Amino acid sequence: MYKYDHIDQAIIDARVDEFRDQVQRRLAGELDEDHFKPLRLKNGLYLQLHAYMLRVAIPYGTLSGAQMRMLGHIARRYDRGYGHFTTRQNIQYNWIRLEEAPDLLAELATVEMHAIQTSGNCIRNISSDQYAAAAADEVDDPRIWAELLRQWSSFHPEFSYLPRKFKIAVIASDTDRAAMKLHDIGLQVVKNTAGETGFRVYVGGGMGRTPFIAPVIREFLPVADYLSYNEAILRVYNRYGRRDNIYKARIKILVHELGAEEFTRQVEAEFAHVKTLNLDAPQAEIDRIRAFFAPPAFETGLSTVIDRTDPDFALWVDRQVAQHKVPGYSIVNISLKPLSGIPGDASAEQMEAIADLAEQLSFDEVRVTHAQNLVLPHVRTQDLKAMWDKLVEIGLADVNLDRATDVIACPGLDYCTLANARSIPVAKQIAERLAPKENDLGELKIKVSGCINGCGHHHAGHIGVLGVDRKGTENYQLLLGGSGAEDTSLAQILGPGFDEAGIVNAVEKLTEAYLAKRESGERFLDTYRRLGAAPFKEAVYG
Amino acid sequence: MVKLLTGNALLRGDVLWWNGAGWSLTIDSAVAVDADGEAILTREATHERVSDLALIDAERIDGRWRPVKVRERIRAFGPTVRADLAREGQDWR
Repeated sequence: MYKYDHIDQAIIDARVDEFRDQVQRRLAGELDEDHFKPLRLKNGLYLQLHAYMLRVAIPYGTLSGAQMRMLGHIARRYDRGYGHFTTRQNIQYNWIRLEEAPDLLAELATVEMHAIQTSGNCIRNISSDQYAAAAADEVDDPRIWAELLRQWSSFHPEFSYLPRKFKIAVIASDTDRAAMKLHDIGLQVVKNTAGETGFRVYVGGGMGRTPFIAPVIREFLPVADYLSYNEAILRVYNRYGRRDNIYKARIKILVHELGAEEFTRQVEAEFAHVKTLNLDAPQAEIDRIRAFFAPPAFETGLSTVIDRTDPDFALWVDRQVAQHKVPGYSIVNISLKPLSGIPGDASAEQMEAIADLAEQLSFDEVRVTHAQNLVLPHVRTQDLKAMWDKLVEIGLADVNLDRATDVIACPGLDYCTLANARSIPVAKQIAERLAPKENDLGELKIKVSGCINGCGHHHAGHIGVLGVDRKGTENYQLLLGGSGAEDTSLAQILGPGFDEAGIVNAVEKLTEAYLAKRESGERFLDTYRRLGAAPFKEAVYG
Repeated sequence: MVKLLTGNALLRGDVLWWNGAGWSLTIDSAVAVDADGEAILTREATHERVSDLALIDAERIDGRWRPVKVRERIRAFGPTVRADLAREGQDWR
């Protein structure tokens, strides 16, 4: 894992001191709210429905045990005993007191964490693949390149006031576990025919009000041009992005209005200029960063045998454990979607227990996924039973990865000022309704958002649910056919919306139609793609 | 239907309700501001101790205030998904 040098640490320590002074001035009446609000937002502190909410960045979704333990401590000391893992590899605390926020941030800084650039029209937390350095099909560790972008984008003076927020994802496998094509910039580390490492560059994806799948603007970007090219993309966006209309200000609109070809031409022209500025990281710096991500000391000759005599353990292995690139090791997925629980929520005690497990059994690493689950990436296969026993003890041994009860949901109207409808209760009810037939349904990704901004990724759901306000009451639209994986597609609205009970019934009818019409081996999404919307529409609306 | 004045406490972000003389943590203590609402809001805003001031619509039902919009009911009574964090034991519905 990357470790801060003295410059990294000095930057965030100075920011804590600066924010402490700003809070003191606000409390003393020397700053009014109009002036203070943008300052607190620059430190990730929002005012939500019930209280202040703090969004903490988890760069590329990677945590050490000490960092996870600190997140648990923050939940207990400064919040109400829990935190909420989001769909962008952040964690949010819902009950923060302004007067305590500087102390909280100071404690976070002791484990090299912060909440900077988790709000505002800047480059947000760089997200990545939760299986990084463990997946057999990756060509490199994507976190090396995500970290380089993190350093480049942190306090970048030219990109602190972009037309809108800006989200970047980096992956290094053909399997997309990061919804990469639904980001403002998606970067896939690839090898060319000469075996050289580079990047396939996607620009202009996104969900929200106007969803788009990002087109490719460069098939192969050499490593030597990495930062210059990203700089060029941001410059074109910064210059021509629609600052006149917040609903058209994301880069996806610029790419769409210009067309990918013209946008690419402009980026390439800008790149030709930027390249002369010598902005790219020297090889020594790339090597320095790479050294932090050196593989852990994997043992050889380990047993790969799993004792499956306990059927509950065997089921957990089948559902939650993925193949590791090193024989004798496994990737463990930890569900944060207990039945009747709140998607993405974890208690302080659970976070601390996960920290212990990471330190004891996974080379001190935890990953956070965009599907609001956790991953322990490097677990000896022979330790899986001990791992499972502990997960059972702390209530995190659910077996629903990518299945009907693994529902993604944003905080929705239960917490969020932007929301139009509650998303968590709908997610819970759908999960409870579908749980009895979850085994039969197979892979089914259901995603619920409480407003058009789409933090619940409804456009990427095999089944998506979008909460809207309809004359003062909650109403839920139903969407079908989305995917955030390598087969990216955007879900389409099926028909008129429903009330809370109606949407749960409608989702159940969709699953019944799928079970009736699927062919052998088909997932829900495959059946939808084969048959189109008609049979599902018939099932729901008659 | 009447107007209630609400906002969030500067220090802790708590939801507050105007009670005629100051700010209360419970909607039961709120008073209807109606025609005076804008003037009180403007005056209180200058004090800078309460953020996101707003006038909301509410009804009086069985002797208790009930905000008209779902959003304001959830603000008043707490998250619907955590009974332990809800306020006053009131049904947000």
